[in-house]
Amino acid sequence: MSAAPAVTDASFDADVLKSGKPVLVDFWAEWCGPCRAVGPILDQIRAEHGDKIEIVKLNVDENPQTAMTYQITSIPAMKVFVNGEVTKTIIGAKPKPALEHDLADYIG
Amino acid sequence: MRQVIIIGSGPAGYTAAIYAARANFKPLVIASSVEAGGELMNTTEVENFPGFPEGIMGPELMMKMQEQAEKFGAEILMDDVVSLELAGDVKRVTTGGGQTFEALSVIFATGSANRKLGLPDEDRLSGHGVSWCATCDGFFFRQKTVAIVGGGDSAMEEANFLTRFADKVYVIHRSETLRASKIMQDRAMANPKIEFLWNSTIDSLNGAESLTGVTIKNTVTGDLSEVELQGLFIAIGNDPRTQLIHGQLDLAPEGTVAVKGRTSKTNLTGVFAAGDVVDPTYRQAVTAAASGTVAALDAEHYLQSLPAELLAQAENN
Repeated sequence: MSAAPAVTDASFDADVLKSGKPVLVDFWAEWCGPCRAVGPILDQIRAEHGDKIEIVKLNVDENPQTAMTYQITSIPAMKVFVNGEVTKTIIGAKPKPALEHDLADYIG
Repeated sequence: MRQVIIIGSGPAGYTAAIYAARANFKPLVIASSVEAGGELMNTTEVENFPGFPEGIMGPELMMKMQEQAEKFGAEILMDDVVSLELAGDVKRVTTGGGQTFEALSVIFATGSANRKLGLPDEDRLSGHGVSWCATCDGFFFRQKTVAIVGGGDSAMEEANFLTRFADKVYVIHRSETLRASKIMQDRAMANPKIEFLWNSTIDSLNGAESLTGVTIKNTVTGDLSEVELQGLFIAIGNDPRTQLIHGQLDLAPEGTVAVKGRTSKTNLTGVFAAGDVVDPTYRQAVTAAASGTVAALDAEHYLQSLPAELLAQAENN
């Protein structure tokens, strides 16, 4: 799993929606194997591009409200928020080059 | 240069690694960046792997195999192979991370990938009601109606698993008989939340933003009917993952990598194949592990037959 900071139902508004920077939220759960696999890749992207994009994780098991609001039905799901709006959705674990390609608008 | 590189990290890849490591070949396992551990990482309880009378969770079994391989000196790299040069004495393996490794032998154990339905809206609705991973996504379908397509053990296992969350689980199957083992069939048929839709194929996936239902076609009468549901899980089988070796390794008529007789030998010397990528028939964790053993022993035999100076090049690195 990712070492990124955790956000919750309670902190989502302040940490994600009101952030001055693009924020990628990694919707994950303990029981999801592909989520655990993609976590370390997000950590690498965060280490390399943390100045351009925040990367945070949200545990869907513990934070059902936010998962429901964004109609998460498949994880891992990664959504990029800019000024409170979803601007990009990535579903499923992908290798680093594929994620970098998907995120090119933010980290390019 | 390495003596052996193993591509893949399911039961075949890790078992090959255990054998090759115990033979002191210091194998490098290129395990994949996001699918390390293979298919079993997305399953729940494995009840038919010998030695675990209480059953073992798929991910735990794979972590233990990895640990066992590492214990004997296998090196595991979480990266993806993007290209291969397999002809000649020295094989070259290039990863997504941009590294190129050389080896005297390669064991190809890439397994298989989920088969798609091949319907127009499948990609669009993936992640919006259409799923390939019941253990990942079942949670989101509490008190919902879902369906699973398929008739094998995976489909039965996933149908049973989904009843933990969903109120109703349809099993959509194209014929009247299941490929699944008797114990898995009986369990699904005894589950009051599961209803079988026999002789049915999916004609279309319906829903604008997310899946709202499917149209099924009766394969006997040709009649179409609508089934309302929020989730569709696809378990209609797998296809061997061979795209990396097209044009290099010969394929069998079934699409798997062709191997000679009961061995793991491909058409190229020093290249061995094991697991689901060579097996169109049995495709079990145990048969894949056994096949990985065969490949490691074949590779060992091959390495021992090489000229000393070639082996020395590998041993010095």
